[in-house]
Amino acid sequence: MERIIIHSDMNSCYASVECSLNPSLKGKPVAVGGSVEHRHGIILAKSEEAKRCGVKTGEALWQAKQKCPDLIVIEPHFDEYIKYSRLAHDIYARYTDRIEPMGLDEVWCDLTGSIRAFGSVRQICDEIRTAFKEELGVTVSIGISFNKIFAKLGSDLAGKDEVYEITKENFKDKVWCLPVRAIMGVGRSTGDTLLRYGIKTIGDLAGCDPKWLRTVFGVVGDDLWKYANGLDNSRVMPDGYRQPIKSVGHGVTCSEDLVNDDEVWKVFLSLSQNVSKQLKKNSLEATGVQIAVRDNQLITKQFQSPTEFATQSAKEISETAMKLFKDNYSWGNNVRALTVRAINLQKEDTPFQMDLLSDFVCHERQKKIDDTVLAIRDRFGSDSIFNCCLMTEEKIPDHNIKHTLPGKMYK
Amino acid sequence: MKSRKVYVSVVAEIDEEGNKKPMSIKWEDGRTYEIDKVLEVRRAFAQKVGGTAVRYTISVCGKTTFIFEDEGKWFAESRI
Repeated sequence: MERIIIHSDMNSCYASVECSLNPSLKGKPVAVGGSVEHRHGIILAKSEEAKRCGVKTGEALWQAKQKCPDLIVIEPHFDEYIKYSRLAHDIYARYTDRIEPMGLDEVWCDLTGSIRAFGSVRQICDEIRTAFKEELGVTVSIGISFNKIFAKLGSDLAGKDEVYEITKENFKDKVWCLPVRAIMGVGRSTGDTLLRYGIKTIGDLAGCDPKWLRTVFGVVGDDLWKYANGLDNSRVMPDGYRQPIKSVGHGVTCSEDLVNDDEVWKVFLSLSQNVSKQLKKNSLEATGVQIAVRDNQLITKQFQSPTEFATQSAKEISETAMKLFKDNYSWGNNVRALTVRAINLQKEDTPFQMDLLSDFVCHERQKKIDDTVLAIRDRFGSDSIFNCCLMTEEKIPDHNIKHTLPGKMYK
Repeated sequence: MKSRKVYVSVVAEIDEEGNKKPMSIKWEDGRTYEIDKVLEVRRAFAQKVGGTAVRYTISVCGKTTFIFEDEGKWFAESRI
């Protein structure tokens, strides 16, 4: 039986929610931008009117203002976006329990089993569009297809508040002529590589030898070939499904550039506290640490290494991060932003083989100290106990926005 | 015509299922209006003042109007 999958995407989500909250903004060029003081002064989302002036997501606020002097820039209200996302989810849940979110504003729904109860897929999509307008005051673009990849492509091709259908019969005509970057899974880097080999359209990609794609892109090559040929058969996961956690990370853009190792160490130590807490909360241990360093020229580099033991310890994670930094960063430029990630996770208390040279006693002692610190924080608040060196740290912004967003597509 | 959001006090009856039925509204100037009838309850976009909330279409003194409930707070749309 052919599946019926839809992909629904809230148009200019953040900007639309702001316009819904404040109708006087409707019809004006509006952008949601990060805080300039916290050096997050970039465009996060823009309205159709701002888009027409050439404003692009990700560009600096001053650049956007140059293009569109009347641009109204609003600070983000993530609590509202999460509320709208939850209400949107309630609308989809009227038709199916197979709802897989991707980010706050996008979702796949499997309507294969819903058609008999609710009429045609077009009818359901029209009802969803109407519900969004009447209940939330925002619009959605919906793509209909027989797999998730083409459904997503359909919603990209659909205009604001429109529906676009890609079927088994018409996908070669509608999809294969599109640039290869239009298909999900082809980002900037993969797109550049494909172009270097003369693969310009999705049709070109579909016509490639899958073995050759595998040699160039590894397992991703298999996926890309399947996507282009309409052979993606990944399921839409049931409502409430949470993907297993593959990494736990925390990053920050510093309020001023970091200029020496001592300042970097303080930031790593601060970030690792949060990583450690999340690992503990999810009963996971890291066997590797990855850092991302963004310098003041906005060039980002990533480094990773294994840890000596599987760990949840903020101290051990930050020490591994610092060692990675010292071994790899040459201080050509000052540092603007840092991220620490715990990677290669395993369940806590997974048995492991000790060796003769590592100081396991010290590791166990550190574990006890960390557990005690976490217990104190649980009881008396997160600021009740912290490292002395962090008392004077002024370059770590004190705003801590913590929102968990639905992540990648289930394959 | 411009409108503004006016938060109001509401006396409501809550049944054993948790359904709320507003009985009267106390306006910001202190006047109280009895609600004759609740005609419809649904989530809706408050077109005049913005935001989304549970909208109660009510009849007050023979006139049909809306009041909204947003996470425990009630508001109405008032003309400026």
